[in-house]
Amino acid sequence: MTVIDADFSLATLKQDMSDLFFKKKLFNFGLPALLLAYLTYVFIAFDMPGLWDRANLANARTLVSDTYSYKTHVSRDNRDASVSIAIEGERKGAYPEGGSPQWVSLGEVTVIDLEEGHQVRFGPETVEYDIPGYGVVRATPTRSKGVQAELPAGEIPSWISLSKNRLAIKTEAGRLTVTRNRSEVFRYFTGWELFFFTLDSPYHGLGLGELLEKAASGEAGAILQDIWTNKMWRHQDVAWAIAETLLMAFLGTIGAGLVALPLAFLAARNFNPLGPLRFVMRRVFDFVRGVDSLIWTVVLARAFGPGPLTGALAILVTDTGTFGKIFSEALENVDEKQIEGVTATGAKPAQRYRFGVIPQITPVLLSQLLYFLESNTRSATIIGAITGGGIGLLLTQAIITQKDWEEVAYYIGLIIFMVMLMDWLSGWLRRRLIKGEAGRKSRAESKPGKAFLLP
Amino acid sequence: MADMTAAPLSTEQIRDQYSEMVHRKRLYGGLLLVLFVALMVAGFKTADGRNAGSFGEGITHVFDYPAEVLAEASEKLSEMPAHLVHFFPALIETLNIAAAATLVGVVFGTLLSLLATHGMAPSPALIPLFRRISDICRAIPEIVIALVLIFLLGGGPVPAMIAIAIHTAGALGKLFSEVNENASLKPVEGLESVGSSWGQRMWLGVIPQVGPNYVSYALLRFEINIRASAILGFVGAGGIGYELKNAMSWGQGRYDEAAAIFLLLFITIVAVDQLSGLLRDRLIHGAKSGANT
Repeated sequence: MTVIDADFSLATLKQDMSDLFFKKKLFNFGLPALLLAYLTYVFIAFDMPGLWDRANLANARTLVSDTYSYKTHVSRDNRDASVSIAIEGERKGAYPEGGSPQWVSLGEVTVIDLEEGHQVRFGPETVEYDIPGYGVVRATPTRSKGVQAELPAGEIPSWISLSKNRLAIKTEAGRLTVTRNRSEVFRYFTGWELFFFTLDSPYHGLGLGELLEKAASGEAGAILQDIWTNKMWRHQDVAWAIAETLLMAFLGTIGAGLVALPLAFLAARNFNPLGPLRFVMRRVFDFVRGVDSLIWTVVLARAFGPGPLTGALAILVTDTGTFGKIFSEALENVDEKQIEGVTATGAKPAQRYRFGVIPQITPVLLSQLLYFLESNTRSATIIGAITGGGIGLLLTQAIITQKDWEEVAYYIGLIIFMVMLMDWLSGWLRRRLIKGEAGRKSRAESKPGKAFLLP
Repeated sequence: MADMTAAPLSTEQIRDQYSEMVHRKRLYGGLLLVLFVALMVAGFKTADGRNAGSFGEGITHVFDYPAEVLAEASEKLSEMPAHLVHFFPALIETLNIAAAATLVGVVFGTLLSLLATHGMAPSPALIPLFRRISDICRAIPEIVIALVLIFLLGGGPVPAMIAIAIHTAGALGKLFSEVNENASLKPVEGLESVGSSWGQRMWLGVIPQVGPNYVSYALLRFEINIRASAILGFVGAGGIGYELKNAMSWGQGRYDEAAAIFLLLFITIVAVDQLSGLLRDRLIHGAKSGANT
């Protein structure tokens, strides 16, 4: 038989080889082609070509400029001639009646110095803007005839927009808008306004040296109190929100571990001889895991209302499924000999578990818990945005206003810092608590040295 | 040292020392446990206090909502197939977001990992930089980028895709670089000796070694990304999450729609879970048999 086979072998071998090559070619060209086709489909399905039209560049500009700068509004109510000054135009950032920053001098004629020669004067009747290199723009808002503007001779430049009821000038130094009811100047500054002290605090505008001096003379408590209760940046609320988010992650992860551990024993083949019960337990884990954390969050938010507890429970329930699966697999891989050894010394069942089983699965258990603690910090941010708790809620609120982008940037920075800190902490704890992980780490580190020797 | 200079210990002393050690260990263990329990209880109390509804009240109502939904869904069981068909396109969109994000994430994750692995990076000095980049990408929750991008690009699947892709690139960058560390550098050196470029060295020398592991991690990531894309839909990025939010805000009378969406999402997640588990098993198994021959 084999001889006959060998006779045919050359042709068959050739045929086999070319078949194999054909298959390889098909795979190597077909797979990328398939991926490319899919990406093209997605490109069309997501309407990527239309993306540029939908993209809002003005929004992008506001977002970027707002994250590193702020503006102070000086506005004059043209009906009762009152002038108010407020940072970002917000009430919490308003200067007290009669108070003003140095570049604004209040009086019969309010003079606003925008620096580099730019100056705006709010007169009793007329608003004047000195623009170096262009001239003086005068505008008189009247009730009956709208805004009457006088511009220097020549063509109107593109940065001035003029209509019957509105004059708007946008220069490097600032922005002036005059309408029938209101004349308003924006001046832009770099930085985050009032980050430490709001205007109503006696410590606003003091230098670091002066602050330290005051702190040394016994006002440290008051200074910290003013920072802590800052209404503009709400440091107190932000600190609480971060604490809530971390709390959600901690309670959810540890709670899930505590719930999943006993259940995992029920799902492990070597600890639970009852097949049907094992099957039920496993399906329960699968079900809990399959019902996404989004659904759990929605369901639990109905029962418990918004807040950190709901978030913690949502994480707890979802992760119970995952932990149950991982722990039961770890339990099935437990070495029987250690349990036998403990049994041989006359240990009772409880002691057998305590000294024979638990020490074996502790590394898996701890490393999974710590790993999930880190990833759940991220989940808690997301769940917080849905249920309304923690830093996720603050972030969504700040984004919804569509103007506090400096706060959004601040929160994003805090979130990234928080997650990276948890990542580092969980890695550090893993290395400290689990010796195996430390060994792996050192081996990974020795690699580059070895690679260096080779050439 | 101490053993050599000190007089030999009597059994009595050894026993005393041992029991003292055990006592101290137990004391520390006990203290840690007490601290831990206190932390859990205090944490729970705080969370309970800051929540809108309390745990005690809520726990009795946990199943109210699912029961209502199920009751209404079973009443209108005949409409269920129509709902399933109606929401299927939204499900496809969610899946597309996840798949496209995974693909893009794999490409960037691969680049990041190759640039951050010793022996493979073209410029070893920049390795810490690329590690930090992938750390930062990994640390940003998807929702953060998605919400900002929705403001810039308008609602729809693209912001969600970009957001998930960034996170995926960071997460896979880390996992892939761990895989890379275990890859042999010999093929790379061989290719280098015949004068190949960096791209060729990576594509022909490294990728074939790490491919199966990459695909296995990418599949795992795909599962996670489906969940993420459903959640992002809930905050306005389209797909099944958006439909769920709408169906829920209609409230009673439309619970059958919510039930249909729950069902679709559940089936999809379980199906993808099983499928990718199977595929990953085959990949790892295939890789092993390949190594043996």
